[in-house]
Formats: sequence, C-alpha cells, structure tokens
Amino acid sequence: MLHEIFIAPFTEFEFMRRALAGALALSLGACPIGVFLMLRRMSLVGDAMAHAILPGAAVGFLLSGLNLFAMTAGGLIAGFVVALLTGLVARTTELKEDAALATFYLLSLAVGVTIISLKGTNIDLLHVLFGNVLALDDQTLVMIAANATLTLIVLALIYRPLVIECVDPGFMRTVSRAGGPAHLAFLVLVVLNLVSGFYALGTLLAVGIMMLPAAVGRFWARDTTLMIAIATASGAASGYAGLLISFHTGVASGPAIILVAGGLYLTSLLFGRVGGLVRQAFPGRHLEA
Amino acid sequence: MTAALRFRNLTLGYDRHPAVHHLDGAVETGALLAVVGPNGAGKSTLFKGIVGVIKPLAGRIERGDPNPQNIAYLPQAAEIDRTFPINVYDMVAMGLWRRAGSFGGIDRASRSLIEQAMAAVGLSGFEERAIATLSGGQMQRMLFARLLLQDARVIVLDEPFNAVDAKTSADLFDLVRRWHGERRTVLTAIHDMDFVRANFPETLLLAREPVAWGRTASVLTPGNLLVARRMCEAFDQRAELCPEEQAPALAPPGEVARAGNQPGP
Repeated sequence: MLHEIFIAPFTEFEFMRRALAGALALSLGACPIGVFLMLRRMSLVGDAMAHAILPGAAVGFLLSGLNLFAMTAGGLIAGFVVALLTGLVARTTELKEDAALATFYLLSLAVGVTIISLKGTNIDLLHVLFGNVLALDDQTLVMIAANATLTLIVLALIYRPLVIECVDPGFMRTVSRAGGPAHLAFLVLVVLNLVSGFYALGTLLAVGIMMLPAAVGRFWARDTTLMIAIATASGAASGYAGLLISFHTGVASGPAIILVAGGLYLTSLLFGRVGGLVRQAFPGRHLEA
Repeated sequence: MTAALRFRNLTLGYDRHPAVHHLDGAVETGALLAVVGPNGAGKSTLFKGIVGVIKPLAGRIERGDPNPQNIAYLPQAAEIDRTFPINVYDMVAMGLWRRAGSFGGIDRASRSLIEQAMAAVGLSGFEERAIATLSGGQMQRMLFARLLLQDARVIVLDEPFNAVDAKTSADLFDLVRRWHGERRTVLTAIHDMDFVRANFPETLLLAREPVAWGRTASVLTPGNLLVARRMCEAFDQRAELCPEEQAPALAPPGEVARAGNQPGP
C-alpha cells in the first residue's frame, strides 16, 4: 500500500523517474544559489532574471522550434546581456541596480512575448511559461544535470570570496580583487540555473525552486553551510512530493512542486527554530546570562 | 628611516571637488600618527586614498611597500551586513586572507593564531556567537582581532574608538601600542584631543588643506585648531578650477608644516 503510493509511480513509469531525476538535479544547483540570492538581498533579482531570459529562449524557438540547444543558448545570452547592461547602467548613471534591472527585464519580457506571439500559438507560450517536468527528454535531463554539476563546482571555487563579499564588501575590496569576479560568476550561475529550471518548471516557477527552499533554510539555520544543506534538502523533498501529488491527483507537476515548497516555507515561517512566528510569540522565560 | 607612505602634492576628492587638498609629506616607517580635524576635514578621504579605495584627483601616494595586502584598514563605518549568518570565529578568520586566500585551508597553526587574536581582544568564548548578537564594542573588538591576523605593516584606523566605552577603547589602544612597539606604521583618525596629546607622538591636523603636521605638541596649538575650525566644510558648487599646479613648499618633516590658507586675523 505505502509502496504503491510512494515508490511504485517511479518504478513503473519512466517519465516519473526522469522527472524525479530532473527535480533532484535542479534542487542541487538552484537551492544553494537561492540561499546566496536571499543573503545578498537579491531575492527578486532571480525573478527578474527569469523574465529576462524569455526573449532569448523565444528567439531560439523562433529559429529552430522546440530545440534544446537553440533555446538554451538564447536564454543564456539574453540573461547575460540583461545582467551586463544592468551592471553598466547602475555603475555609469544615477539609476540604481534595482531600477536598471527592472527596466531591462521588462523590455526583455515584452520582446519575448512579442516574438512568441508572432510565430507560435498560445499552447507554445504556455509551454515556455510553465515548462513541463514530466516531458524531460534525455538531452534536457543531461543539460540540467550538467548545469547542477557546474554550479556546485563553481560555487565551491568562489565560496569564500562570495561569503566575504556578502558580509563585508569593504573588507573584501581591501584584501583582494576576487570579490567582483566572484559576484559575476555568481550571476552567471543564477542565469544557468534559471535556464535549467525553465525546462522543468517554466520561466515563472523556476525561481520558486530557488527562493522558497532558501527561505525555509533561513528559518532553521544560523550558519550559511547548514542553511544551504537544509534548503537543498527541502528543494529535493518538494520535487519528490510534488511529483507524487501530481501523479495521484492529476494536477500540473510544476505548480505542485512549488506548492509543496510553499507549504514547507509556511510551516517554517510558523514553527522555525530561528525567528519562526510561534517561537517569537512564545519565546520561553529568559535566561540568566 | 624610510617612509612607509609619501604624499606628493596629493589631492583627493569627489566629483573633482577636493576633500584633501595639496597634501605633501611622509609617514615614516614605525610612526604612530594621529590624524585630527573637524568633521569633513578629509580624514576618511585620505585613508580611502591610502588604501586605494578612491583614486587621487591629482598628485600621488607612494607606498614604501607596493603590496596592497600590507595595508590593513578599519573603516569608520564598516559595510558589514550584521544580519548575515556568520559567527565571530569565521569573521576573525577572514584576517588570514593573505595566508589562506580563496582556497587555502585553515590548519592548526592558523587556528591557534585565530584563538590568540580572539584572546588578545578579550573575545575568547565568543567563537560561536552570530555577529548579529554583538554589541558595538564587541563588534569593534572583533574587527581588531581581524586586523591583528592581517599582520600588515601599515595599519589605518578610521575613528576606531567612536561609540565604544572607556574600557574597550583602552583595551584596543593597547593593541595599537603593541603594533607601534613592533615598528608597524599606524595612522589613526581621532577626535579626542586630550587622548591624542597623551598618546600620539605625531599628529597631522587636516582641514581639507593640511594645517600642520609634526610633533603633537607643536601641532595641536590653539592657533592651529582655530584655523582648522574656520575652514568651511561644504563643497562650493561653483568652485573655480584650482590654479595651483604645485603645492607650496613644505617645511621639512617633523616640523610644523603649513599649506594653503594662512591663518585669519
């Protein structure tokens, strides 16, 4: 009985196994990235970047249909262009980084939707906006796994400068020039993981698997390493549970995954050990010293 | 003696408006120099120039040791994100950047250095505390522990004793004395004139223009302080181009030097 509910869907159906592998690989890469986005107060940057990627993928789609490499390359290029233009405008004009990013991602999004409406049907648009984790082919799966691997390796390489750059940028500037490149490499990873998430969850929900588990981690851990571990674990758990719910109830898989992550987040918000609401309301008697 | 830092007709500022104007002179290796002056006198700007955060508008700074890692800097308002989930130990360990860099491990020798530094600032037992839970004084102690580990030959402290109690500033000044004893060059921006008179052999009085630079007793005279106080703080938005290509000649180091405006009547 339990086997039938929790395991059988994956042993019996190949598309479920692929979806699970995709979801797990996705959370391995995207969740640590999400933690750093949150700690850098850039939570909404992920969202904006996800929108910015759309026109690139749309151009890829326009040129060669639902082709993995064309759409991925397009998405990456669009993401990098928006990231670079944002940095340029923020550094050279009075516009701050958030305003610069907002202007470029909105432009980018409008261009993307226009391109899709010129060529495709609404079905295509829905596919791009919401992804489909149940239809991952071999190529896509390999790409998601490769992106996750690359993310973990690069993150390990830039971890120390990235943490110092987050907590004390002034100090980082005086001891090393590694802060800027580390930040840039990090932005590249954000784009990379959004493109991965794009195929499984779509442009809009890809950010969900980044930010919701990160917020879960914040409510349970006081140090960065544990936070990343908890975020990744809850991301993976959301993928597994979301797929099961989708399988048994027939709701769309992408939203199901994000809804489970959202449920974990709300639970943590209430009962989290670090600053959860219940904990705040009933902190217990104060200590002696 | 060799100079740890030499300023050559140095002008630093923002948007072409000078905040430090035509500074000439040398900081000898091993000097313990107080930099005093009213708010807006250019003390922080000078320090930012020394550590290379801002570039000179004119003139230059010559560093005795060209390696930028050999200058440690404590800014007036550190840009520390105090909500970041990191503990005191890791924060102090950042001081070992020169040893460890991006990838180097923290070995047993490094660990014992970190423990010694934490003990030296009286923070033993705070290793696991999140930085968000520190008081202002404890924060400053932690930053001094990090400075200790940086092991730099030139140490630049921008108002390090602001907003800390007497006990903490006395403890931290003991470290400054220790650095001075190790013949490190220490520059400190500071507002407490009595403290400067009692503890610093050499003083630079700055009010955008250098007012005086030399032995503390000969710099902190009522006349010089009055001159410093009169110099206006605000940028003049319609300022003319500065006609002076060269700063007026300065008196030799160690003596009172004066540049720019003469004292008023």
